[in-house]
Amino acid sequence: MRISRRVALALPAAFLAFTLGAANAQGMKVKIGTEGAYPPFNNLTSDGKLEGFDIDIARALCEEMKAECEFVTQDWDGIIPALQAGKFDAIIASMSINEDRKKEVDFTDKYYNTPPAIVVPKDSDIKGVTKEDLAGKTIGAQGSTTHSTYAEKTFTDSDVKLYPTSEEYKLDIINGRLDAVIDDVVVLDEFLKTDDGACCKIAGTLTPIEEIYGPGIGIAVRKGDNDLREKLNAAIKAIRENGKYKEINEKHFSFDVYGD
Amino acid sequence: MTAAPGSLTPAERPPVQKAPWTHQRTLGVVLLCIWAALALAVAAFMVESWNPTLFERYAPRYMSGLWITIQLVVLSVIFGALLSIPIAYGRMSENRFLSALAYAYVYFFRGTPLLAQTFLIYYGLGSFRPELQAIGLWSFFRDAWNCALFAFTLNTAAYQAEILRGAIGSVGRGQWEAASALGIPKLLAIRKIIIPQAMIVALRPYGNEVILMIKGSAIVAIITVFDLMGETRRAYSQTFDFQTYIWAALIYLALVELLRNLIDLIEKRITRHLKR
Repeated sequence: MRISRRVALALPAAFLAFTLGAANAQGMKVKIGTEGAYPPFNNLTSDGKLEGFDIDIARALCEEMKAECEFVTQDWDGIIPALQAGKFDAIIASMSINEDRKKEVDFTDKYYNTPPAIVVPKDSDIKGVTKEDLAGKTIGAQGSTTHSTYAEKTFTDSDVKLYPTSEEYKLDIINGRLDAVIDDVVVLDEFLKTDDGACCKIAGTLTPIEEIYGPGIGIAVRKGDNDLREKLNAAIKAIRENGKYKEINEKHFSFDVYGD
Repeated sequence: MTAAPGSLTPAERPPVQKAPWTHQRTLGVVLLCIWAALALAVAAFMVESWNPTLFERYAPRYMSGLWITIQLVVLSVIFGALLSIPIAYGRMSENRFLSALAYAYVYFFRGTPLLAQTFLIYYGLGSFRPELQAIGLWSFFRDAWNCALFAFTLNTAAYQAEILRGAIGSVGRGQWEAASALGIPKLLAIRKIIIPQAMIVALRPYGNEVILMIKGSAIVAIITVFDLMGETRRAYSQTFDFQTYIWAALIYLALVELLRNLIDLIEKRITRHLKR
Protein backbone atom coordinates (compact mmCIF):
# COMPACT_ATOMS: atom_id res chain seq x y z
CA MET A 1 0.00 0.00 0.00
CA ARG A 2 2.64 2.41 1.14
CA ILE A 3 4.98 1.73 -1.72
CA SER A 4 2.34 1.91 -4.37
CA ARG A 5 1.27 5.33 -3.12
CA ARG A 6 4.81 6.52 -3.43
CA VAL A 7 5.02 5.24 -6.97
CA ALA A 8 1.72 6.91 -7.73
CA LEU A 9 3.14 10.21 -6.59
CA ALA A 10 6.47 9.78 -8.29
CA LEU A 11 5.06 9.11 -11.74
CA PRO A 12 3.32 12.46 -12.31
CA ALA A 13 6.27 14.24 -10.71
CA ALA A 14 8.63 12.64 -13.19
CA PHE A 15 6.26 13.47 -16.03
CA LEU A 16 6.08 17.10 -14.88
CA ALA A 17 9.85 17.35 -14.65
CA PHE A 18 10.16 15.90 -18.14
CA THR A 19 7.68 18.29 -19.75
CA LEU A 20 9.21 21.28 -17.96
CA GLY A 21 12.62 20.27 -19.21
CA ALA A 22 11.30 20.01 -22.72
CA ALA A 23 9.70 23.44 -22.54
CA ASN A 24 12.98 24.88 -21.30
CA ALA A 25 14.84 23.49 -24.23
CA GLN A 26 12.41 25.04 -26.70
CA GLY A 27 13.01 28.69 -25.77
CA MET A 28 14.74 30.79 -23.23
CA LYS A 29 12.58 32.50 -20.64
CA VAL A 30 13.87 35.79 -19.28
CA LYS A 31 12.30 37.90 -16.59
CA ILE A 32 13.14 41.58 -16.93
CA GLY A 33 13.00 43.99 -14.02
CA THR A 34 12.22 47.66 -14.63
CA GLU A 35 11.09 50.64 -12.57
CA GLY A 36 8.09 51.92 -14.53
CA ALA A 37 8.37 55.48 -13.20
CA TYR A 38 11.02 57.03 -15.44
CA PRO A 39 9.44 58.46 -18.58
CA PRO A 40 10.28 58.43 -21.42
CA PHE A 41 12.53 55.41 -20.78
CA ASN A 42 10.20 53.21 -18.77
CA ASN A 43 6.83 54.17 -17.37
CA LEU A 44 3.32 52.86 -16.92
CA THR A 45 0.54 54.11 -19.16
CA SER A 46 -2.75 55.19 -17.60
CA ASP A 47 -4.10 51.67 -18.15
CA GLY A 48 -1.13 50.09 -16.42
CA LYS A 49 0.96 48.91 -19.38
CA LEU A 50 4.71 49.44 -19.58
CA GLU A 51 6.04 51.68 -22.33
CA GLY A 52 9.15 53.63 -23.20
CA PHE A 53 12.55 53.37 -24.81
CA ASP A 54 13.88 50.77 -22.33
CA ILE A 55 10.80 48.61 -22.83
CA ASP A 56 11.01 48.71 -26.63
CA ILE A 57 14.74 47.93 -26.50
CA ALA A 58 14.04 45.03 -24.13
CA ARG A 59 11.39 43.62 -26.47
CA ALA A 60 13.71 43.94 -29.45
CA LEU A 61 16.52 42.18 -27.56
CA CYS A 62 14.20 39.36 -26.54
CA GLU A 63 13.04 38.95 -30.11
CA GLU A 64 16.67 38.86 -31.22
CA MET A 65 17.53 36.22 -28.59
CA LYS A 66 14.34 34.29 -29.43
CA ALA A 67 13.51 34.45 -25.74
CA GLU A 68 10.17 34.68 -24.06
CA CYS A 69 10.26 37.78 -21.91
CA GLU A 70 8.18 38.86 -18.97
CA PHE A 71 8.39 42.28 -17.29
CA VAL A 72 8.42 42.82 -13.54
CA THR A 73 8.13 46.32 -12.07
CA GLN A 74 10.17 47.02 -8.97
CA ASP A 75 10.94 50.14 -6.89
CA TRP A 76 14.27 51.65 -7.83
CA ASP A 77 15.66 51.42 -4.29
CA GLY A 78 15.35 47.66 -4.18
CA ILE A 79 15.99 46.80 -7.82
CA ILE A 80 19.52 45.36 -7.37
CA PRO A 81 18.64 43.23 -4.31
CA ALA A 82 15.59 41.93 -6.19
CA LEU A 83 17.82 40.89 -9.10
CA GLN A 84 20.17 39.14 -6.68
CA ALA A 85 17.25 37.41 -5.00
CA GLY A 86 16.18 36.00 -8.37
CA LYS A 87 12.92 37.92 -8.77
CA PHE A 88 14.08 38.62 -12.31
CA ASP A 89 17.13 37.90 -14.46
CA ALA A 90 18.04 41.26 -15.95
CA ILE A 91 17.49 44.94 -15.16
CA ILE A 92 16.61 47.07 -18.17
CA ALA A 93 15.79 50.32 -16.43
CA SER A 94 18.23 53.02 -17.56
CA MET A 95 20.86 51.95 -15.06
CA SER A 96 24.27 53.60 -15.34
CA ILE A 97 27.24 51.25 -15.40
CA ASN A 98 29.29 52.42 -12.41
CA GLU A 99 31.92 50.98 -10.07
CA ASP A 100 29.71 50.70 -6.95
CA ARG A 101 27.12 48.67 -8.81
CA LYS A 102 29.74 46.55 -10.61
CA LYS A 103 30.69 45.13 -7.22
CA GLU A 104 27.17 43.69 -6.96
CA VAL A 105 26.09 42.89 -10.51
CA ASP A 106 27.56 42.37 -13.97
CA PHE A 107 26.74 44.75 -16.80
CA THR A 108 26.36 44.33 -20.54
CA ASP A 109 27.80 46.89 -22.93
CA LYS A 110 26.02 50.23 -22.91
CA TYR A 111 22.81 50.57 -24.87
CA TYR A 112 22.58 54.35 -24.60
CA ASN A 113 24.43 57.27 -23.09
CA THR A 114 22.98 60.73 -22.58
CA PRO A 115 24.31 63.54 -20.38
CA PRO A 116 22.73 64.78 -17.14
CA ALA A 117 21.15 68.23 -17.06
CA ILE A 118 19.74 70.78 -14.65
CA VAL A 119 16.25 72.22 -14.92
CA VAL A 120 15.18 75.42 -13.18
CA PRO A 121 11.91 77.42 -13.03
CA LYS A 122 11.54 79.86 -15.95
CA ASP A 123 11.86 82.94 -13.73
CA SER A 124 14.94 81.57 -11.92
CA ASP A 125 18.02 83.70 -11.30
CA ILE A 126 20.29 80.66 -11.73
CA LYS A 127 22.62 81.48 -14.60
CA GLY A 128 24.63 78.31 -15.07
CA VAL A 129 25.19 74.84 -13.70
CA THR A 130 28.43 75.15 -11.73
CA LYS A 131 28.78 74.70 -7.99
CA GLU A 132 28.92 78.49 -7.56
CA ASP A 133 25.79 79.09 -9.64
CA LEU A 134 23.82 76.73 -7.43
CA ALA A 135 25.28 77.73 -4.05
CA GLY A 136 22.59 78.21 -1.42
CA LYS A 137 19.89 76.72 -3.67
CA THR A 138 17.74 73.66 -3.05
CA ILE A 139 18.32 70.93 -5.65
CA GLY A 140 16.07 67.88 -6.10
CA ALA A 141 17.17 64.46 -7.36
CA GLN A 142 15.91 60.91 -7.31
CA GLY A 143 17.59 59.00 -4.48
CA SER A 144 19.98 56.07 -5.11
CA THR A 145 20.81 57.32 -8.60
CA THR A 146 24.05 58.43 -10.22
CA HIS A 147 22.50 61.90 -10.45
CA SER A 148 21.96 62.09 -6.69
CA THR A 149 25.53 60.90 -6.08
CA TYR A 150 26.79 63.54 -8.51
CA ALA A 151 24.70 66.27 -6.87
CA GLU A 152 25.80 65.39 -3.35
CA LYS A 153 29.47 65.26 -4.37
CA THR A 154 29.49 68.36 -6.58
CA PHE A 155 26.98 70.83 -5.18
CA THR A 156 28.29 70.80 -1.62
CA ASP A 157 27.13 74.40 -1.01
CA SER A 158 23.55 73.55 -1.96
CA ASP A 159 20.80 71.68 -0.14
CA VAL A 160 20.30 68.41 -2.03
CA LYS A 161 16.90 66.78 -1.46
CA LEU A 162 16.33 63.16 -2.41
CA TYR A 163 13.02 61.85 -3.72
CA PRO A 164 11.80 58.25 -4.13
CA THR A 165 10.97 58.63 -7.85
CA SER A 166 11.22 61.32 -10.51
CA GLU A 167 7.47 61.98 -10.14
CA GLU A 168 7.91 63.58 -6.70
CA TYR A 169 10.73 65.99 -7.53
CA LYS A 170 8.67 67.12 -10.51
CA LEU A 171 5.80 67.98 -8.14
CA ASP A 172 8.17 69.96 -5.96
CA ILE A 173 9.76 72.01 -8.73
CA ILE A 174 6.29 72.86 -10.05
CA ASN A 175 5.12 74.12 -6.66
CA GLY A 176 8.34 75.99 -6.05
CA ARG A 177 9.88 74.08 -3.17
CA LEU A 178 12.91 73.35 -5.32
CA ASP A 179 15.18 75.83 -7.09
CA ALA A 180 16.57 73.19 -9.46
CA VAL A 181 16.43 69.49 -10.31
CA ILE A 182 19.09 67.22 -11.79
CA ASP A 183 18.40 64.21 -14.01
CA ASP A 184 19.08 62.77 -17.43
CA VAL A 185 18.63 65.42 -20.13
CA VAL A 186 16.18 63.22 -22.02
CA VAL A 187 14.00 62.66 -18.96
CA LEU A 188 13.96 66.37 -18.16
CA ASP A 189 13.33 67.31 -21.78
CA GLU A 190 10.33 64.99 -21.84
CA PHE A 191 9.05 66.59 -18.63
CA LEU A 192 9.36 70.10 -20.12
CA LYS A 193 7.15 68.99 -23.03
CA THR A 194 4.25 68.19 -20.69
CA ASP A 195 1.74 70.77 -19.38
CA ASP A 196 3.30 70.61 -15.92
CA GLY A 197 6.73 71.16 -17.38
CA ALA A 198 5.68 74.58 -18.68
CA CYS A 199 6.97 75.98 -15.37
CA CYS A 200 10.57 75.28 -16.19
CA LYS A 201 13.51 75.40 -18.55
CA ILE A 202 16.86 73.66 -18.96
CA ALA A 203 19.64 75.68 -17.34
CA GLY A 204 22.32 73.56 -18.96
CA THR A 205 23.72 70.10 -19.42
CA LEU A 206 26.59 68.73 -17.33
CA THR A 207 29.68 66.86 -18.39
CA PRO A 208 29.28 63.42 -16.84
CA ILE A 209 32.14 62.40 -14.56
CA GLU A 210 33.34 58.94 -15.65
CA GLU A 211 33.94 57.91 -12.02
CA ILE A 212 30.27 58.41 -11.12
CA TYR A 213 28.44 57.89 -14.38
CA GLY A 214 30.59 55.20 -15.98
CA PRO A 215 30.50 54.54 -19.72
CA GLY A 216 26.72 54.81 -20.06
CA ILE A 217 23.53 52.87 -19.51
CA GLY A 218 23.71 49.08 -19.49
CA ILE A 219 21.72 45.99 -18.61
CA ALA A 220 22.48 44.46 -15.22
CA VAL A 221 22.53 40.68 -14.71
CA ARG A 222 23.44 38.59 -11.68
CA LYS A 223 27.17 38.22 -11.04
CA GLY A 224 28.52 35.29 -13.02
CA ASP A 225 25.48 34.98 -15.28
CA ASN A 226 27.79 35.18 -18.30
CA ASP A 227 25.52 33.17 -20.55
CA LEU A 228 22.72 35.75 -20.40
CA ARG A 229 25.16 38.67 -20.47
CA GLU A 230 26.83 37.44 -23.64
CA LYS A 231 23.51 36.73 -25.31
CA LEU A 232 22.33 40.25 -24.45
CA ASN A 233 25.58 41.76 -25.72
CA ALA A 234 25.21 39.88 -28.99
CA ALA A 235 21.60 41.03 -29.24
CA ILE A 236 22.53 44.68 -28.60
CA LYS A 237 25.14 44.40 -31.33
CA ALA A 238 22.63 42.78 -33.66
CA ILE A 239 19.90 45.40 -33.25
CA ARG A 240 22.49 48.16 -33.66
CA GLU A 241 23.48 46.60 -36.96
CA ASN A 242 20.11 45.55 -38.37
CA GLY A 243 18.48 48.95 -37.93
CA LYS A 244 16.05 47.92 -35.21
CA TYR A 245 17.81 50.19 -32.69
CA LYS A 246 17.64 53.15 -35.07
CA GLU A 247 13.93 52.53 -35.56
CA ILE A 248 13.27 52.56 -31.80
CA ASN A 249 15.51 55.59 -31.32
CA GLU A 250 13.57 57.50 -33.95
CA LYS A 251 10.24 56.44 -32.49
CA HIS A 252 11.12 58.07 -29.17
CA PHE A 253 13.69 60.79 -29.81
CA SER A 254 14.67 63.28 -32.47
CA PHE A 255 18.38 62.78 -31.76
CA ASP A 256 20.78 59.87 -31.30
CA VAL A 257 20.84 58.62 -27.70
CA TYR A 258 23.52 55.96 -28.21
CA GLY A 259 26.37 58.45 -27.93
CA ASP A 260 29.75 57.75 -29.37
CA MET B 1 14.61 26.29 68.76
CA THR B 2 14.20 22.55 68.68
CA ALA B 3 12.44 20.58 66.04
CA ALA B 4 8.98 19.47 67.07
CA PRO B 5 8.65 15.72 67.38
CA GLY B 6 7.17 14.10 64.30
CA SER B 7 8.04 16.99 61.96
CA LEU B 8 9.21 16.10 58.49
CA THR B 9 12.93 15.80 57.93
CA PRO B 10 14.28 16.61 54.47
CA ALA B 11 14.71 12.91 53.71
CA GLU B 12 10.99 12.42 54.03
CA ARG B 13 10.06 15.02 51.42
CA PRO B 14 8.09 13.62 48.51
CA PRO B 15 10.48 12.93 45.61
CA VAL B 16 10.70 15.70 43.01
CA GLN B 17 8.76 14.66 39.96
CA LYS B 18 10.74 14.94 36.74
CA ALA B 19 8.77 16.88 34.17
CA PRO B 20 7.94 14.44 31.39
CA TRP B 21 9.13 15.11 27.84
CA THR B 22 5.77 15.83 26.30
CA HIS B 23 5.39 16.80 22.65
CA GLN B 24 4.80 20.41 23.64
CA ARG B 25 7.94 20.51 25.71
CA THR B 26 10.06 19.05 22.94
CA LEU B 27 8.60 21.50 20.46
CA GLY B 28 9.21 24.39 22.86
CA VAL B 29 12.85 23.48 23.35
CA VAL B 30 13.39 22.98 19.63
CA LEU B 31 11.82 26.37 18.83
CA LEU B 32 13.91 28.02 21.53
CA CYS B 33 17.04 26.48 20.02
CA ILE B 34 16.07 27.80 16.58
CA TRP B 35 15.62 31.31 17.98
CA ALA B 36 18.93 31.11 19.81
CA ALA B 37 20.65 29.90 16.65
CA LEU B 38 19.13 32.78 14.67
CA ALA B 39 20.28 35.32 17.27
CA LEU B 40 23.76 33.79 17.18
CA ALA B 41 23.76 33.87 13.38
CA VAL B 42 22.86 37.57 13.37
CA ALA B 43 25.54 38.30 15.97
CA ALA B 44 28.09 36.28 13.99
CA PHE B 45 27.09 38.09 10.80
CA MET B 46 27.53 41.46 12.48
CA VAL B 47 30.95 40.52 13.85
CA GLU B 48 32.11 39.03 10.58
CA SER B 49 30.90 41.88 8.39
CA TRP B 50 32.14 44.56 10.79
CA ASN B 51 33.68 47.24 8.63
CA PRO B 52 35.34 50.22 10.34
CA THR B 53 35.30 52.46 7.25
CA LEU B 54 31.61 51.78 6.79
CA PHE B 55 30.97 52.59 10.43
CA GLU B 56 33.00 55.78 10.23
CA ARG B 57 31.14 56.88 7.15
CA TYR B 58 27.59 56.07 8.20
CA ALA B 59 27.50 56.23 12.02
CA PRO B 60 27.12 60.05 12.07
CA ARG B 61 24.36 59.80 9.47
CA TYR B 62 22.53 57.17 11.50
CA MET B 63 22.82 59.40 14.54
CA SER B 64 21.39 62.39 12.68
CA GLY B 65 18.61 60.16 11.36
CA LEU B 66 17.90 58.84 14.85
CA TRP B 67 17.75 62.39 16.18
CA ILE B 68 15.22 63.33 13.47
CA THR B 69 13.11 60.27 14.34
CA ILE B 70 13.15 61.11 18.06
CA GLN B 71 12.31 64.77 17.52
CA LEU B 72 9.51 63.91 15.14
CA VAL B 73 7.94 61.34 17.47
CA VAL B 74 8.33 63.33 20.69
CA LEU B 75 6.97 66.56 19.23
CA SER B 76 4.10 64.97 17.34
CA VAL B 77 3.06 62.90 20.38
CA ILE B 78 3.06 66.02 22.60
CA PHE B 79 1.17 68.19 20.10
CA GLY B 80 -1.14 65.26 19.38
CA ALA B 81 -1.89 64.89 23.10
CA LEU B 82 -2.85 68.56 23.31
CA LEU B 83 -5.03 68.32 20.22
CA SER B 84 -6.62 65.09 21.43
CA ILE B 85 -8.22 66.85 24.44
CA PRO B 86 -10.74 68.93 22.47
CA ILE B 87 -11.35 65.98 20.14
CA ALA B 88 -12.07 63.60 23.02
CA TYR B 89 -14.29 66.30 24.50
CA GLY B 90 -16.14 66.52 21.18
CA ARG B 91 -16.50 62.75 20.98
CA MET B 92 -18.09 62.65 24.47
CA SER B 93 -20.13 65.79 23.98
CA GLU B 94 -23.91 65.65 23.89
CA ASN B 95 -23.89 68.42 21.32
CA ARG B 96 -24.62 66.54 18.10
CA PHE B 97 -22.69 68.93 15.90
CA LEU B 98 -19.51 68.73 18.00
CA SER B 99 -19.73 64.99 18.37
CA ALA B 100 -20.27 64.45 14.63
CA LEU B 101 -17.31 66.70 13.84
CA ALA B 102 -15.01 64.85 16.25
CA TYR B 103 -16.31 61.50 14.98
CA ALA B 104 -15.56 62.47 11.38
CA TYR B 105 -12.05 63.58 12.31
CA VAL B 106 -11.25 60.34 14.11
CA TYR B 107 -12.93 58.30 11.36
CA PHE B 108 -10.81 59.90 8.65
CA PHE B 109 -7.44 59.86 10.41
CA ARG B 110 -7.76 56.34 11.76
CA GLY B 111 -9.23 54.99 8.55
CA THR B 112 -6.55 56.16 6.10
CA PRO B 113 -2.86 55.27 6.01
CA LEU B 114 -0.36 57.67 7.56
CA LEU B 115 1.60 57.42 4.32
CA ALA B 116 -1.32 58.79 2.32
CA GLN B 117 -1.93 61.56 4.85
CA THR B 118 1.71 62.64 4.79
CA PHE B 119 1.84 62.51 1.01
CA LEU B 120 -1.37 64.54 0.65
CA ILE B 121 -0.28 67.20 3.11
CA TYR B 122 3.14 67.65 1.52
CA TYR B 123 2.57 67.18 -2.22
CA GLY B 124 -1.19 67.75 -2.22
CA LEU B 125 -1.12 71.08 -0.40
CA GLY B 126 2.00 71.96 -2.41
CA SER B 127 -0.15 72.24 -5.51
CA PHE B 128 -2.24 74.98 -3.83
CA ARG B 129 0.74 77.25 -3.43
CA PRO B 130 -0.95 80.50 -4.67
CA GLU B 131 -3.90 80.00 -2.30
CA LEU B 132 -1.63 79.15 0.63
CA GLN B 133 0.55 82.16 -0.13
CA ALA B 134 -2.52 84.38 -0.15
CA ILE B 135 -3.36 83.36 3.41
CA GLY B 136 0.26 83.38 4.54
CA LEU B 137 0.59 79.65 5.23
CA TRP B 138 3.01 78.75 2.43
CA SER B 139 6.11 79.51 4.48
CA PHE B 140 4.94 76.81 6.91
CA PHE B 141 3.96 74.19 4.34
CA ARG B 142 6.97 74.84 2.10
CA ASP B 143 9.15 73.05 4.63
CA ALA B 144 9.08 69.24 4.54
CA TRP B 145 9.81 68.95 8.27
CA ASN B 146 6.78 71.11 9.16
CA CYS B 147 4.55 69.05 6.89
CA ALA B 148 5.78 65.81 8.47
CA LEU B 149 5.21 67.12 11.99
CA PHE B 150 1.78 68.44 11.01
CA ALA B 151 0.68 65.14 9.42
CA PHE B 152 1.97 63.03 12.32
CA THR B 153 0.34 65.31 14.90
CA LEU B 154 -3.05 65.11 13.19
CA ASN B 155 -2.76 61.35 12.89
CA THR B 156 -1.73 60.58 16.44
CA ALA B 157 -4.27 63.07 17.83
CA ALA B 158 -7.06 60.91 16.41
CA TYR B 159 -5.72 57.76 18.09
CA GLN B 160 -4.95 59.53 21.35
CA ALA B 161 -8.44 61.07 21.46
CA GLU B 162 -9.93 57.59 21.30
CA ILE B 163 -7.60 56.32 24.03
CA LEU B 164 -8.50 59.28 26.22
CA ARG B 165 -12.23 58.90 25.60
CA GLY B 166 -12.14 55.19 26.38
CA ALA B 167 -10.12 55.72 29.55
CA ILE B 168 -12.38 58.48 30.85
CA GLY B 169 -15.40 56.34 30.00
CA SER B 170 -13.94 53.52 32.08
CA VAL B 171 -14.07 55.60 35.28
CA GLY B 172 -17.33 54.73 37.04
CA ARG B 173 -20.26 57.15 37.07
CA GLY B 174 -20.19 56.96 40.86
CA GLN B 175 -16.90 58.87 40.92
CA TRP B 176 -18.47 61.83 39.08
CA GLU B 177 -21.54 61.70 41.26
CA ALA B 178 -19.56 61.50 44.51
CA ALA B 179 -17.42 64.47 43.45
CA SER B 180 -20.44 66.58 42.67
CA ALA B 181 -22.15 65.50 45.91
CA LEU B 182 -19.09 66.78 47.79
CA GLY B 183 -19.39 70.06 45.95
CA ILE B 184 -16.07 69.67 44.10
CA PRO B 185 -16.00 71.87 41.00
CA LYS B 186 -16.14 69.88 37.75
CA LEU B 187 -12.71 70.88 36.41
CA LEU B 188 -11.06 70.11 39.73
CA ALA B 189 -12.85 66.77 39.85
CA ILE B 190 -11.58 65.92 36.36
CA ARG B 191 -8.03 66.92 37.24
CA LYS B 192 -7.82 65.33 40.68
CA ILE B 193 -10.23 62.39 40.52
CA ILE B 194 -11.11 61.30 36.99
CA ILE B 195 -7.83 61.78 35.11
CA PRO B 196 -5.60 60.00 37.69
CA GLN B 197 -7.85 56.93 37.46
CA ALA B 198 -8.24 57.17 33.69
CA MET B 199 -4.47 57.39 33.20
CA ILE B 200 -4.00 53.93 34.71
CA VAL B 201 -6.22 52.53 31.98
CA ALA B 202 -4.76 54.76 29.28
CA LEU B 203 -1.08 54.25 29.98
CA ARG B 204 -0.56 50.99 28.06
CA PRO B 205 -2.48 52.13 24.98
CA TYR B 206 -0.49 55.39 25.05
CA GLY B 207 2.69 53.35 25.16
CA ASN B 208 1.51 51.34 22.17
CA GLU B 209 0.68 54.51 20.29
CA VAL B 210 4.17 55.97 20.84
CA ILE B 211 5.77 52.70 19.73
CA LEU B 212 3.61 52.68 16.61
CA MET B 213 4.60 56.28 15.92
CA ILE B 214 8.30 55.42 16.24
CA LYS B 215 7.91 52.74 13.62
CA GLY B 216 5.35 54.66 11.57
CA SER B 217 7.74 57.58 11.26
CA ALA B 218 9.88 55.41 8.97
CA ILE B 219 7.76 56.55 6.00
CA VAL B 220 8.79 60.18 6.29
CA ALA B 221 11.62 59.85 3.75
CA ILE B 222 9.06 59.99 0.94
CA ILE B 223 8.80 63.71 1.61
CA THR B 224 12.59 64.12 1.75
CA VAL B 225 12.95 64.17 5.55
CA PHE B 226 15.75 61.69 6.18
CA ASP B 227 14.99 59.95 9.46
CA LEU B 228 16.68 56.77 10.71
CA MET B 229 14.98 54.64 8.05
CA GLY B 230 15.74 57.14 5.29
CA GLU B 231 19.42 57.17 6.23
CA THR B 232 19.37 53.38 6.34
CA ARG B 233 17.93 53.15 2.84
CA ARG B 234 20.48 55.64 1.60
CA ALA B 235 23.33 53.70 3.22
CA TYR B 236 21.99 50.46 1.75
CA SER B 237 21.65 51.92 -1.74
CA GLN B 238 25.30 52.97 -1.61
CA THR B 239 26.77 49.84 -0.03
CA PHE B 240 24.28 47.07 -0.91
CA ASP B 241 25.16 45.67 2.50
CA PHE B 242 22.34 44.11 4.51
CA GLN B 243 23.96 44.98 7.80
CA THR B 244 22.75 48.55 7.26
CA TYR B 245 19.22 47.29 7.85
CA ILE B 246 20.26 45.14 10.81
CA TRP B 247 21.79 48.20 12.45
CA ALA B 248 18.56 50.11 11.92
CA ALA B 249 16.54 47.23 13.38
CA LEU B 250 18.77 47.12 16.45
CA ILE B 251 18.47 50.88 17.00
CA TYR B 252 14.68 50.76 16.69
CA LEU B 253 14.63 47.79 19.07
CA ALA B 254 16.72 49.68 21.63
CA LEU B 255 14.47 52.71 21.30
CA VAL B 256 11.32 50.67 21.89
CA GLU B 257 12.91 48.77 24.78
CA LEU B 258 13.85 52.06 26.43
CA LEU B 259 10.32 53.30 26.04
CA ARG B 260 8.88 50.07 27.44
CA ASN B 261 10.95 50.44 30.60
CA LEU B 262 9.94 54.07 30.94
CA ILE B 263 6.28 53.08 30.76
CA ASP B 264 6.81 50.37 33.38
CA LEU B 265 8.31 53.01 35.66
CA ILE B 266 5.39 55.37 35.13
CA GLU B 267 2.94 52.55 35.78
CA LYS B 268 4.64 51.69 39.07
CA ARG B 269 4.42 55.33 40.07
CA ILE B 270 0.76 55.92 39.21
CA THR B 271 -0.49 52.60 40.65
CA ARG B 272 1.47 52.84 43.92
CA HIS B 273 -1.79 53.23 45.89
CA LEU B 274 -2.87 49.81 44.62
CA LYS B 275 0.24 48.02 45.91
CA ARG B 276 0.21 46.35 49.30
